[in-house]
Amino acid sequence: MSMTAETLEQIEFNEEGFFVDPQAWHEGLVPELAKRDGIDELTEEHWKVIRFMRAEYLAKGAGPTVRVLGKSSGVSIKELYQLFPKGPAKLAARIAGIPKPRGCI
Amino acid sequence: MESIEKVSIIISKGSLEGIYPGLIMANGARAEGIEADLFFTFFGLDAIHAKRHEHIKLATVGNPGLHFATWAGGLPGVSSLMTHYMEHKMEALDIPSIPEFIEMISDTGAGIYACQASVDLFGLEKNDLVPQVQDIITVGEFYERAAGSSIIFT
Repeated sequence: MSMTAETLEQIEFNEEGFFVDPQAWHEGLVPELAKRDGIDELTEEHWKVIRFMRAEYLAKGAGPTVRVLGKSSGVSIKELYQLFPKGPAKLAARIAGIPKPRGCI
Repeated sequence: MESIEKVSIIISKGSLEGIYPGLIMANGARAEGIEADLFFTFFGLDAIHAKRHEHIKLATVGNPGLHFATWAGGLPGVSSLMTHYMEHKMEALDIPSIPEFIEMISDTGAGIYACQASVDLFGLEKNDLVPQVQDIITVGEFYERAAGSSIIFT
């Protein structure tokens, strides 16, 4: 029987902290996931990026790179790094429950 | 597992193929949450030269990677043609142009510095360089900033 995870302890992460099963993610987990990456206060802009990551992944099967985020999410590169200082695409993917985006640019 | 916390990347060449790798490595470092500084020296300064950075050329002479005869690379117009061809391919892959890339890397919070000795050598001033350049620094100041980082020379 599958149950909706209530806490992160019920989630399986890979060695880099990304969801093994992106289906196990739901928005209720986001505040705890963000805290895990040092983001204590989630702003509307954080949510915008996280939801964009999730939507891109669901539509295309892969999360966007920082370059794509900067061009299409409505949040500039500068702001992205203010919101997610330890790497916008990487952190937002961890928080959005999707695999790590690949790409060199 | 030990991870890289900071990289200090030196760009010393002024050709297209001499500039891009360092830019890609700096941008990629920031995307991973790694601190990055870029230090432009010698002909690498062209990448941050306001009047020149839009006109960076691929080296077609003495570049065996292109796999065509050396004499052909020296013919008039060949460098421009090959540069244009390469830029076209890069654009198709959504790789930014050098001016746009410098701006983007600056927006990631990376440091962008020019080498004092090279600026003196070419008779340049701060306003000859793009506004993203934070400072013109000496090699000693570079090493101070680079403390504890991995230094990458390109």
